[in-house]
Amino acid sequence: MDNPALRLSRRRLLQGGLLLGCSAAAHPLMTTLTLAQGTAGLGENRLVVIILRGAMDGLDVLRPVGDPAFAALRPDIAATPGLPLDGFFELHPGLAGLAPLWAAGELGFAHATSTPYRDKRSHFDGQDMLEAGTGMDVPVAAVRDGWLNRMLQSVPGLSAETAYAIGRDAISTLDGAAEVRNWAPDQKLLLTAQGRLLLDHVYHEEALFRETAEEAFALTSADAPEGQMTEGQMTGAQMTEGQMTGGAAATGKLSDIDELVDFAADRLRGQTRIAAFSMTGWDTHRAQAREILRPLGRLERTVLRLKEALGPQVWGRTTLLAMTEFGRTVRQNGSDGTDHGTAGAMLMAGGAVRGGRVLGPWPGLAEADLYDRRDLMPTSDVRSYAAHAMRGLYGLDTALLEQTVFPGLQMGKDPGVLL
Amino acid sequence: MTDPIAAFRFGHGLPLPDGAPTTPEAMLATLAGPDRAAQDFPAPGMAEVLPAFRRMRKTNSALRKSPDDRALKKADRTARRASSLLALQGAKAALARATASPDGLRERLASFWGDHFTTVARAPVLKPFPTALMEDAIRPNLTGSFADLLTAVTLHPGMLTYLDQVNSIGPNSRRGNLRDRGLNENLARELLELHTLGVGASYSQADVRQMAELLTGLTFVPQDGFAFDHARAEPGPETVLGISYDGAGDEPIRRALRDLARHPETARHLSRKLAVHFVSDTPDPGLVAAIESRWRDTDGNLLAVTEALLTHPAAWSDTAEKARQPFDFMAAAFRALGFSGARIMEMAPDVFGRIALTPMALMGQPFQSAPGPDGWPEEPQVWITPQRLAARISWAIKVPGLLVTPLPDPTAFATRALGPRATERLLWAAARAESLREGVGLVLSSPEFNRR
Repeated sequence: MDNPALRLSRRRLLQGGLLLGCSAAAHPLMTTLTLAQGTAGLGENRLVVIILRGAMDGLDVLRPVGDPAFAALRPDIAATPGLPLDGFFELHPGLAGLAPLWAAGELGFAHATSTPYRDKRSHFDGQDMLEAGTGMDVPVAAVRDGWLNRMLQSVPGLSAETAYAIGRDAISTLDGAAEVRNWAPDQKLLLTAQGRLLLDHVYHEEALFRETAEEAFALTSADAPEGQMTEGQMTGAQMTEGQMTGGAAATGKLSDIDELVDFAADRLRGQTRIAAFSMTGWDTHRAQAREILRPLGRLERTVLRLKEALGPQVWGRTTLLAMTEFGRTVRQNGSDGTDHGTAGAMLMAGGAVRGGRVLGPWPGLAEADLYDRRDLMPTSDVRSYAAHAMRGLYGLDTALLEQTVFPGLQMGKDPGVLL
Repeated sequence: MTDPIAAFRFGHGLPLPDGAPTTPEAMLATLAGPDRAAQDFPAPGMAEVLPAFRRMRKTNSALRKSPDDRALKKADRTARRASSLLALQGAKAALARATASPDGLRERLASFWGDHFTTVARAPVLKPFPTALMEDAIRPNLTGSFADLLTAVTLHPGMLTYLDQVNSIGPNSRRGNLRDRGLNENLARELLELHTLGVGASYSQADVRQMAELLTGLTFVPQDGFAFDHARAEPGPETVLGISYDGAGDEPIRRALRDLARHPETARHLSRKLAVHFVSDTPDPGLVAAIESRWRDTDGNLLAVTEALLTHPAAWSDTAEKARQPFDFMAAAFRALGFSGARIMEMAPDVFGRIALTPMALMGQPFQSAPGPDGWPEEPQVWITPQRLAARISWAIKVPGLLVTPLPDPTAFATRALGPRATERLLWAAARAESLREGVGLVLSSPEFNRR
């Protein structure tokens, strides 16, 4: 085998710690975990971004009970009492576990906020725009780059090798030119050394397969002896049942997220400075009072477990932002759910956050105050909170944030996301 | 040697099953004929699904009243299992047809339209509904007018339950007045955004709302399946895209679906989608224009539209830009290995899970479980990721030996599976594998096999 094309290129530095148990990747709710490291450029502060897919109902999570119109709009959805926060807003009881964080100033919200996406209310375009961080002036179809990725490319000292990702799907906040790797920890590769060499040969002229396979081999123990691949790989009888039901968010235990959160926390305690992932299940078109409990429980568990696992010191330097593609209609719909709307809420947590407050001007729920007479009127751009957070955490300048990371954004006055 | 373009781009690969047509004219003639694959490998429609659904509901509600009754528990388990088996039969039939049918174009079109009208079972009791939608609404309408396909899908229990139409009630209808219930916009929005006009088209929120009001009344009842319930229908008229719809029962809904189906923006949206799916993510504009113009000339006659696709020179460009999606990968692998459709149908449920369903999920495409109503993505970069490619390679090495004994000579296998697409590079490597197992695995892992 003297063919130079057959040379192995392993990246052993990436192997350690990447092999989690099987279940983390098998559950469908958290499809991706993206991690970026580079202490030289990013310093000690940590940023965790959670994309809440399906359009979280901000008006239910953070209920404006002080607004005189609220109660009549949602007689059934908001029937169970919430937890009073500041005299105007109440927290959904499904997030009751986060109340101590609010009291400690480690949990806050921005309300009536949205991306610049308007009117079509499509999940898919809305999520693309949220992750791309652009305005409506860029055709959605042309947007494939993500704002986190653009931020990483502009931070000095952050080399391409320092960002990598785990998961079944790319998350587009990190799509783009900076090198990002995808891996779900349940996948093993089994080939003899000779088979591996031959596969390199077969892939040599096809860049997509060659580079993808290199990643795959780099991220797993490529030289596992024959027979080591467990039956779990191909058995998985539980999946026949699971996948025939389909309903991804409808099933699965809350504890399914633990492994992923623990893994992220472990990394964030080390060299990793940014973690991004998404959670689904927020598209509550019907029976919302019941349906929203699961995604809320999962979000609550994620925040609490992350805090616990990071420990006081790292948590103290952590900013978690949970954002969604748009909000939902102010009125409950005909099946005790809500339909696609416009403005919603963003959740902020972490020891680095100036919590205990709800940011953003409140537009009101009277019919004349609504967007399109049906949705909460946006009074802020959700990107500006992220931009101010990144400026505070990593010292990025306004011009870079407004022109490169979030092209077209007017950051405006600092809302004071961070301490 | 057989021209591989027809087999790869418009079918499930080589070797072509006996009797398979190879010219566009013959492929279209076969497509215009009867759906033999559905006869050879039957799958359940609502006629079979409904009795199982009713049994399950009955045992379920009886069990709720007396939760400790052991006989009832057993009956409930049996009913659930029967329903699961119907769904499993749908999955097996889909794979057996794709693997064995000489009418490969029909199978690829069924997958395309099934994906365009994605449904996912949202509860265990609904498991076989996506299969029933394929059998009742998609396959019988592959060569008629798009309006017929759209109507059959929109009125099918699989769609009505997946996109919440069963929960939508006209606010001023009898039931709306009585029970203070109202609209659910889910189906109306996806109907305009995904199924017909496309998100870039010139409809507004007001059109979505009016469409939602117009669709009220469509529902699913366990006794008959589809039903129109006057008591929940919003009193008309409704105006969608400037056209007013009024009348009794589901007639105005059918009229609106017909108008949406023939709308120029629907023609543009779906012509491009066809070209992207079959040929290239950046399709030749002339190809898209040819399909679109045929769509408009024929008001969306799908046989004519398919002919426009198949007879355009750009559809026969000797390229392989797309990645085979996992379902296609698996069917093509079964076919190349000579594993018959009948043997797929005979597999025990747990075996079929290990051999097909679980690996397909690991490759990124759990059967009938697309992440949303927009279906599966098209771009090769989505399918060929480290983890998903690793799942393909693992399957390619591990599974063929479980299906076929003895395994074929890898070089001969490459030629059989790829025809003239088997490159010198691949043949060189296949001949040097340490075992038949790895040699066959290499062929199935190769870019030549995974591209189309």
